[in-house]
Formats: sequence, C-alpha cells, structure tokens
Amino acid sequence: MDVFLEQLINGLTIGSFYALIALGYSMVYGILKLINFAHGDFFALGSYVGYTVLVFGSAVITTHFGLWGGLMAAMIIAAVCVAFVGIMVERAAYRPIYPAGRLPAVVSALGASIFIQNTIMVIWGPRYQAYPASLIPNIHIQIGGLHITMLQIVILIMSFMLLGILYWIIQKTTFGAAIRATALDKDTASLMGVDFNKVIFFIFTLGPALGAMTGVMVGMYYRQISFTMGWNYGLKAFTATIMGGIGNLPGAMFGGLILGVLEMFGAAYISAAWKDVFVFLILILVLIFRPTGLFGEKVAEKV
Amino acid sequence: MIEETKRIGMERFFGSYQSMFFITLTMFIIYPFVVSDYYIDVAFFFGIYALLGLSLNIVLGEVGLFDLGHAGFYAIGAYTTAILNTKFGVPILILLPLSAAAAALFAYLVCSPIIHLRGDYLCIVTIGMGEIVRIALINNPFNLTGGPNGVYGIDFPSFGGPFVIDSSIEYYFLIWIVVALSIYGLIRLQNSHIGRAWNYIREDEVAAGASGIDVRHYKLLAFVLGAALAGVAGNIYASKLMCVSPESFTFWESCLMFCIVLIGGMGSIPGVLIGAAFISLFPEIFRPFAMYRMLIFGTVMILMMMFRPGGAWPRKRGGIGFASIFAKKDVTDD
Repeated sequence: MDVFLEQLINGLTIGSFYALIALGYSMVYGILKLINFAHGDFFALGSYVGYTVLVFGSAVITTHFGLWGGLMAAMIIAAVCVAFVGIMVERAAYRPIYPAGRLPAVVSALGASIFIQNTIMVIWGPRYQAYPASLIPNIHIQIGGLHITMLQIVILIMSFMLLGILYWIIQKTTFGAAIRATALDKDTASLMGVDFNKVIFFIFTLGPALGAMTGVMVGMYYRQISFTMGWNYGLKAFTATIMGGIGNLPGAMFGGLILGVLEMFGAAYISAAWKDVFVFLILILVLIFRPTGLFGEKVAEKV
Repeated sequence: MIEETKRIGMERFFGSYQSMFFITLTMFIIYPFVVSDYYIDVAFFFGIYALLGLSLNIVLGEVGLFDLGHAGFYAIGAYTTAILNTKFGVPILILLPLSAAAAALFAYLVCSPIIHLRGDYLCIVTIGMGEIVRIALINNPFNLTGGPNGVYGIDFPSFGGPFVIDSSIEYYFLIWIVVALSIYGLIRLQNSHIGRAWNYIREDEVAAGASGIDVRHYKLLAFVLGAALAGVAGNIYASKLMCVSPESFTFWESCLMFCIVLIGGMGSIPGVLIGAAFISLFPEIFRPFAMYRMLIFGTVMILMMMFRPGGAWPRKRGGIGFASIFAKKDVTDD
C-alpha cells in the first residue's frame, strides 16, 4: 500500500510535468493543427535559463530575495525569456509556412527543434549540467510508512497550482474562450470577433512560458539536465496530448497525469526497463478502442 | 555554320532529360573510381537514405499516411539479418528477401488493428510502435538482440566462391543497384492501378471508398511494401556496418526519413533522391563548421520549407516524376 501511494505521488509529479508541457502542445495543435516539435526544446531551454539564473545569480538571490524569491525569479525569468523565443520562432519559422499547409510546417518545426537544441549546445556545452543541490531544504517526511521529501511536495504543489491557473484561464476567461472557439472552428470564431493573430500570439507566449517553468521544476526535481532532454519529454507530452484527444485542453492535462501515473506503476510493478513499452501499448490500446482519444469527441466524417 | 550546328547540338543534348539521365548515370559509375574510400562511404549512406526515403515515400507520399515510426521496420530488417546470420549462419544474400519478408510481416501484424486511425492518431501510434521496437531491442528479449550493445560480427554478402562484397566500392554498387531496381519497380507501381488507388486515397479517402476502392486493403499494402523496402535497407546496412545497435533506429531516424520525403516532395521519386542527398550530404559538407553545422542544418530546413513548401522536386499532378525521362510523349495531362 505504501509502495502504491509513493508511486502514485511520483507518478502525479511526473504526470504534472507531462501535463504542463502537453498543454503547450495541445494549444498549438488545436489551433494550427501543427505538431510543434520545437515545444520540447522550449522546455529544455527554460531549464537551462533557470539553471543559469540559479547558479550565477545565487549570490544576489540569497542576499536579497531569499530562497523562495530566488526560485520564483528563476522561473519567471525562464518563462519570460522562453516566451520571447517562442514568439520569435513562430514569426520566423511557422508564420511564413502556414499557407502552404500543415506538412511543410512539421518539417519547419523539426528544423526549429534542431536549431534550438543546438543553440543550447553551443551556449551551455554538450555535457550534462547539474542544478545546485538542496535548493529546497532536504527534509524527509514520514507519514505512516509513506516516505516523501519536501522537494516532492513543493514541486507537486507548484505544478498543480500552475495546472489550476491554466484550467481557470482556459475554461473561465474570455481569452480561454477565444482559444477554445478558434480550435473548434477558426473561420466562425473570427467572424464572431476573435482576433486570430492575438490568439496565436497568446498561445505562443503561454505555451513556451509554461514549458520553461516546467523545465525549471524538472531541473530541481532530477537535478541533472541535458540539451537533448526536450526531445524525450516532448514525445511523452505529445503522447499525452493525443491520449487526451487532440485540441481538448483539459483532456491534455488529464492525459499527461494518466501517462505519468501509468509510467510509474509500470516501472514499479512490471519492470523499469519496459515502462515506456507499457505506456505506448496502453496508448495504442486506447486508440484502437477510442480512435479519437480518451476525451475526444466523436467526429463525423465530412464528405 | 559548323559552330552553329555544334551549339544547337549541345543544346539539344543537354536540353533533354534523357541525356541528363545518362550523364548522371555515367557520373555515378565513374564516381567511386576517382574518390577516396571515405567519399564512397558517404555515397553509400546517401544510398541507404535514398532507399529508406523511397520506402517511406510509399506510405507517406503515395497514400498520405503519417508514419513517424518507420525506423521500426528498418530495425526489424537489420536485426533479422543480424540474428539469423550470427546465430544460424544464414548467408546475407539469402537474408535479403527474408529481412524484407520479416519487416513486411511485422508491418502487417502491427498495422492491421490500427489502420482505421486517422491522420495524427495514426502518427502517434506509429511513433509508439517505433519506440516499442527500439526499447524492446535495448532490453534484449530472449537474449537475442544483445541489449544496448547490439549484435556484432555480421558477414559480408557472398555470391559463393571468390565473389564476396567486402569493399566500400562493392557496397556502393550493391546499394545503388538496389536503389535503381527499387526506383524502376516504384515507377511501374505508380503507373499501375495500385498507384492510382493510393493517390486517390491520399486525395480523398471517402470518395475513393465510395468508388469501390478497398481503402483498408490498399493502406495496408502500402505499409507492407514500405516496410519490406525498409527491411532491405536494414539488411544492407547491417552487413555493411557488421554490427547493429538500437541507437541506429531511434525516433530521430524516423524524423529524418519524414524530412527526406517532405523536403523532396510528396510522392516524387526524384524528390526523394534530393531529400536523401540533403540529409546525408549536408552534414558532411558542413563538417568544417563543427558544432555550428546542425544549427545551419535546422535553419536550412526552415528556409527550404519557406521557399519550396511543396518540396524541391514536387510531383506534378498526373505526372509520374522520373518516368517522364523515359517517356517519348508528354504524360502530364489526364
């Protein structure tokens, strides 16, 4: 039972990372029908920016802002920088290619992904980088037989807060309604007064910013970051997006959480080496029986 | 006067596709005799990517199915060769059709239950399939695949007696003869009712189904044929490198194949060759730039899509790409 709860908490932590990255995927996906391969690299870039802030700004941070201020500063600076990069990538690599259809855009996204990945390598070097140790006091908490660390609790709370805020933005605000409307039907939405360009600007700010904050949290959680890690997380997040149903934002969130939990249970109860096989098998099974994802709506074939 | 005739003669000669074709062919034959082994190997890998591009082109270019797990079929072909050769001593050339058959069978079994998925759902399932194959190879099931280190000590292809393919130049000719035969076969396919059915499905699946085309059957056929060709590529790759390991068959490799088809132009055979040339030769040419070369590579990919979104050599509607080289008449109109 304790193993079960511990794995559940681990799974939810990783799942919330996937969910946060998947949200950025799903927003772009729902609106532009573009598999944004560069999104995983936004996440990696955010992780590196956060690393730089925490390592090189540590003297300033600890004397002026304290620990929590420092963490917040790292996350916010990473978010702002990466949001800026996100908009630049959209302007330079995607916008000129929209009219040509979605497949050329996929190649362009791959090109952008290679570009960002190698920019990171050129700036920070090809080796692994390590986040500073014990940013968060290394306290172990024992509840019954359950054994968790302070770090896990903090990360879990932060990521769920972010997910909550995002859920609120998407479901309750006007901007969220605009995004959902555009994802459903771009032409009708613009007839109803939704500014398409503003929506694109918004999703390419919000998505990368979220990815960057997740990157900082992943850095804190695993302490080790590499310039290629965006690829792996991006793939998992894309899986989560599809599992939840394309363009369905809450679906992407739950897809991410389910994926993380499945992965951890697979690692704990089946085999750590086969956990990804387990995840992908479940994905394939889900899609065989529900061809439009767990929360996807039934789409009639248009003739 | 003589000068004039000469000029017109030259123009005619260089103006027609036929002569272009023969010039290229001659260059291909002379090439390995004038360059060093390193450049012959570069051209060999160009050939491997061309073959992989052609195989994915059947699925992605002709039928329009998003397949981002093609490296899985490639891996099945390579590992079939590696395992049967090292454990049971089966000769490589006999394994060539066997690897193709193994990859085709795998594609048939895996794709049958998922072939009804549409667009991106199919895409993620093929990604998952490719990843499952790769992870399975790493985990060394039944002690067959050698785990992360892979399988070592694969033979050279041998025709019996002294006729063994064991030098760079012989591998160069092997791969390019296979590519040439595949191109010939694929052109014939494009002109057959199968090719037309595929293109119909790509343009409008519902209409194709309504006019009596068995959509499911033809989609599966595309996957099976594509996988078989990828299996052939895997066989040659394995015997050339003499070892196979899972890291040669990553998601990244599938993405490269995807780019080959799209950079060249969907469904266009000459396009695939251009795409394969770009993917395999570009990193070699830009080697002096060291760590900046992949930066340039990414940028060029974006620029190519910006300026030629349909690919470098797009296939004309009703046209058949390379076949126009051989045809006397204009075949572009229907």
